[in-house]
Amino acid sequence: MTWELVVLLGWGAVMTAALSIVSITVGLAIGVLICAASLSRVAPLKWFGRVYVSFFRGVPLLVLLLLIYHVLPQLGLDVPGVVAALIGLTLCTSAYQAETLRGGFVNVAPGLMEAGRMVGLNARQILLRIRAPIALRLTLPALVNEAIMILKASSLVSVVGVGDLTRTAQNLASSTFLPLEMFAVAGAYYLLLNIVVGYGGSGLGRLLGLRPA
Amino acid sequence: MSDFSALREAMPEIVDGLWLTLAMWLAASALGLVLGLAIALARRFGPVWVDRPLWAVVGVIRGTPFLVQIFLLYYGGPFIGLELDPTPAGLGGLALYGAAYFSEILRGGLLAIPPGHVEAGMCIGLSRLQIVRRIMLPEMTLLVLPASVNMFVVLLKETAVLSIITVPELTMAVTGFGSANFAFSQAALVLAIVYWTLTELTGGLGRLLERRLDRFKLA
Repeated sequence: MTWELVVLLGWGAVMTAALSIVSITVGLAIGVLICAASLSRVAPLKWFGRVYVSFFRGVPLLVLLLLIYHVLPQLGLDVPGVVAALIGLTLCTSAYQAETLRGGFVNVAPGLMEAGRMVGLNARQILLRIRAPIALRLTLPALVNEAIMILKASSLVSVVGVGDLTRTAQNLASSTFLPLEMFAVAGAYYLLLNIVVGYGGSGLGRLLGLRPA
Repeated sequence: MSDFSALREAMPEIVDGLWLTLAMWLAASALGLVLGLAIALARRFGPVWVDRPLWAVVGVIRGTPFLVQIFLLYYGGPFIGLELDPTPAGLGGLALYGAAYFSEILRGGLLAIPPGHVEAGMCIGLSRLQIVRRIMLPEMTLLVLPASVNMFVVLLKETAVLSIITVPELTMAVTGFGSANFAFSQAALVLAIVYWTLTELTGGLGRLLERRLDRFKLA
């Protein structure tokens, strides 16, 4: 185990972090839309949201990645593995985030929104000033948790040939015959990234003035 | 998948794969639950020198990907004299992974029991063991049910990862058929539908159980 190998694994960790950040961010945006759809009073929208969440939460990410990786070329979209990986991770996390957000919105105390109506706020003001901030406070810890889950789940993109941390460790393990060391160091990198995300999450909570609800 | 005779030939292997998936899932869930309960109780009632190392082990398992743990166990194991076949390695890895998460779920449940209930037990002269068995464990069961069902579903989905270390479970069997017959996307689609059905069934059973146990809830 030389310093060079640790640096090589470090580049894998950068790839893992990049994949996770992109899929978490895009997944949040899609998650908000899916959450809105499943809370909608329009039945087809509501059902679309429910089925979307159920499917992408119910299928193992590995199977989802294989599906996307093999189906896209058949649709005429010859995308590189990294794009298929990003699509898979994003779809998966968007479903989890939609469900988390839905839980947050549903659990905002109705009295708070009634109070908003009483003082003459309109629907938009109630949503933006009361419902959304409280839902965010309720869901931030779960969203941080989801970021950690995706960081770990991103290890599966190694299966579709993306050179992330796990893939790098696999390659180095077979070329150096040091699997124990390689996977242990890869694990340490994941742990480090997760600790950063965990602390970052609580720091973000403080920054936004959110108390644990 | 136009060639149905190929499918018919591969069917026994796929059915075996499905059984292996279900068997490993249930075995790992049961082992993980028992070990997780032991860890939770040891950390709750044991001395600090038991709690601290367990805290670290649980943290490491929860902070690293299951795939890396499995690789470490399966490819790294032989270097420390732990030579396991894919299936036992997968089962052991999955059970340990489940145990770490279950221990946290159960510990949360133990900590959420209102202290007044335990005090009430002490007041009427129950022994410590009786308090754990008659008050803490039943109350904890109700508290942890939703999170535990969720964990069962997670473990079911993680069994698919075991195909990567060549455990001949469902994903391995179906993708094997897919690559032998150039039906990659059909194979993945079938897998998605089977796992989706299984996870929905598990979730549904969990919700049913929750409703059945609802009447035991205090206030």
